[in-house]
Amino acid sequence: MNPDGLAELISGKEMVVTVGSGGVGKTSISATMALHAASTLGIKVLVITVDPARRLADALGVAGLGNLESQVSESAFNSAGLPIRGELWAVQLDTKRSWDDLVMRYAASEEEAFKILENPLYQGFSARFIQSHDYIAMERLYDLHSQGNYDLIVVDTPPSRNAVDFVEAPKRVQEFFGGRLLRLLTVPYRVGGDFGGRVINFAAKPFYRIADQILGSQFLEDIAEFFLSFQSMYEGFTRRAAAIETLLKSRQTTFVVVSTLEPAAFAEAQYFCELLTRNSMPVGALILNKVLPEYLLDVELGRKAELLSDSSLSKSVAASIGVAGEKDKERMLSRVLQEIAENFTNFQTVALREAEEERSMRYRPDVVAKVPFVPTDLVDLDGLSKLASGLFGDGSGEGGTGEKGLTPPADLEARRQGRGRR
Amino acid sequence: MADLFAVPAFGAQPEEIQPNLYGLTIDTELALREYLKLNMKIPMMGRIGTLARIFDFVATAAPGVKEILTIGKISWEAGLDGRESSEWDLIVVDATATGHIVGQLNAHRSIREMVSVGIIREQTEEMAELLEDPGRTGVVLVATPEEMPVSETIDLYGRFTELTNVDIAAVVVNRVLPELFTKAEAEIFEGMRDPSVTELLADYLGHDATPMLDAAELAVTLRRTRGEHLKRLRERVPLPMYYVPNFFVKSQGLRITRLVAQALSEELS
Repeated sequence: MNPDGLAELISGKEMVVTVGSGGVGKTSISATMALHAASTLGIKVLVITVDPARRLADALGVAGLGNLESQVSESAFNSAGLPIRGELWAVQLDTKRSWDDLVMRYAASEEEAFKILENPLYQGFSARFIQSHDYIAMERLYDLHSQGNYDLIVVDTPPSRNAVDFVEAPKRVQEFFGGRLLRLLTVPYRVGGDFGGRVINFAAKPFYRIADQILGSQFLEDIAEFFLSFQSMYEGFTRRAAAIETLLKSRQTTFVVVSTLEPAAFAEAQYFCELLTRNSMPVGALILNKVLPEYLLDVELGRKAELLSDSSLSKSVAASIGVAGEKDKERMLSRVLQEIAENFTNFQTVALREAEEERSMRYRPDVVAKVPFVPTDLVDLDGLSKLASGLFGDGSGEGGTGEKGLTPPADLEARRQGRGRR
Repeated sequence: MADLFAVPAFGAQPEEIQPNLYGLTIDTELALREYLKLNMKIPMMGRIGTLARIFDFVATAAPGVKEILTIGKISWEAGLDGRESSEWDLIVVDATATGHIVGQLNAHRSIREMVSVGIIREQTEEMAELLEDPGRTGVVLVATPEEMPVSETIDLYGRFTELTNVDIAAVVVNRVLPELFTKAEAEIFEGMRDPSVTELLADYLGHDATPMLDAAELAVTLRRTRGEHLKRLRERVPLPMYYVPNFFVKSQGLRITRLVAQALSEELS
């Protein structure tokens, strides 16, 4: 493991795309990487989030801002005790509004744009088309990147129904708008012009006949009309989708896969790594989040845990803490000792399982970084700064679990001080 | 899901997992083929293939179509479509992700708004009746006591009550940590952080015992943080709540399923 690898990786890229399954802390990690880059490098950084926790959105100052980019204030950095050399900007992606903007911008004319925006199917499409969230995130990314206003863009990808959706969104949209099936579907409406030829063509094909029976012709007409009005934008869509794909596969971009060592999340992360690689999208780093402290892996101590139940030990401790002779407190103490032992064994079981999970890693990118488990919520700037010390090993107290800067918390006192700052 | 029962992955047809328990996976493309076969009485499978591909394309584009296929398949298993009764006494659906579930359960509404005639409209009416009858259908929200899952559950509860007529039966909170110490015990534990006690323990064990104390502190802090989220959940979601403890076990498959099942049946009784 290369502890400086992540910082190096990020500083050398223009775009960092974070992927991972739900609940692994992907949004916090994205925000942390952006925060760290803005804090340590003299560059202008933008983080694109999709659905951050309210407190995180508040911390970044993007809550309720819709699609507008906003700068995280210097005072926010100061209050979190962070230096700031560059600038940090954040934007929260609004799927619906982004689609609307896209239509307004790329439709052949204003009239055409309004026709699309008013189509009853458009609303459902922009909000619910399975890949529309993934796709629009990519469109926004492309757009923001080509404006050239930022040195680094960190993208927190939307939670997908499955891993393939996101990676394949540009390709799928290209296929969708440029495909044979779409032409086939709209043929009856195009041939006769103005829906005139519909009757003949419609009845002639078994598909249309069956579709008519099941869905009703009005619905089919609505669908066709929607696609036809989108037609003016097909070319732009396919062209940009191709450009986005090129950008994602370029050396300017890196993918960072985030996971915990929970079996399901980890298996999915491994699948992500393989899938991205198969699609020629470079996986620069794997970040293992919420990794239990290494001290839990002390198997010898685990074996000795049951000694805490010894009555002679309990007596000595009672004397040491000054409760000897107080029957109630002595009983309590002996229960506390048992709880401590049982708790250690419990956490050790999980820690050992996770360590085993990590050893079984099939796909290992050049950079594997670990972030220690923190039992409190890390959703404000202060929390993110702690996460940054864990991730990049800034040595500001909260420590990580790797080598050099990524070392486990030195002792409890340091962790207490860390918490005391909150 | 199959891993949780230590069986090979289920197909699209019900497969016996153990006596009285069957599993199946919903595949919308297969569901569509099945649907076309049942409704259109098309004999040739090859033909259905092409049709199904085109329909699948329409389903991808048109909001609600894919969702209604899923609901349609569930309704079919529940005995709709003019049959006398269902083959099953209880159907448990592991539903789609939080962000999509309201859309899925509301798919019949989108269809009703968009499709004015056709077989599918009549069928969606039946599905709506099934979904919106609290005697037959109930939604169970599942959360863990952490920041994001609790916020999402609160949000989901709001959207459910606002946007659907589907009954929410209960909330199951998974991975609840036990209270390690009572208040009085916590004071004793604090006293044990004194270096003299740490040394005493190390002497007795012949090994540094600090990690055990650190682990106990970790558990206490975690329990406290999670307790706050749990409190927030209880305040904001006024539903019966059932708790499943966090299990510290090595294996993840059937063993966990059995432990959770046991914990749930104790909670329910």
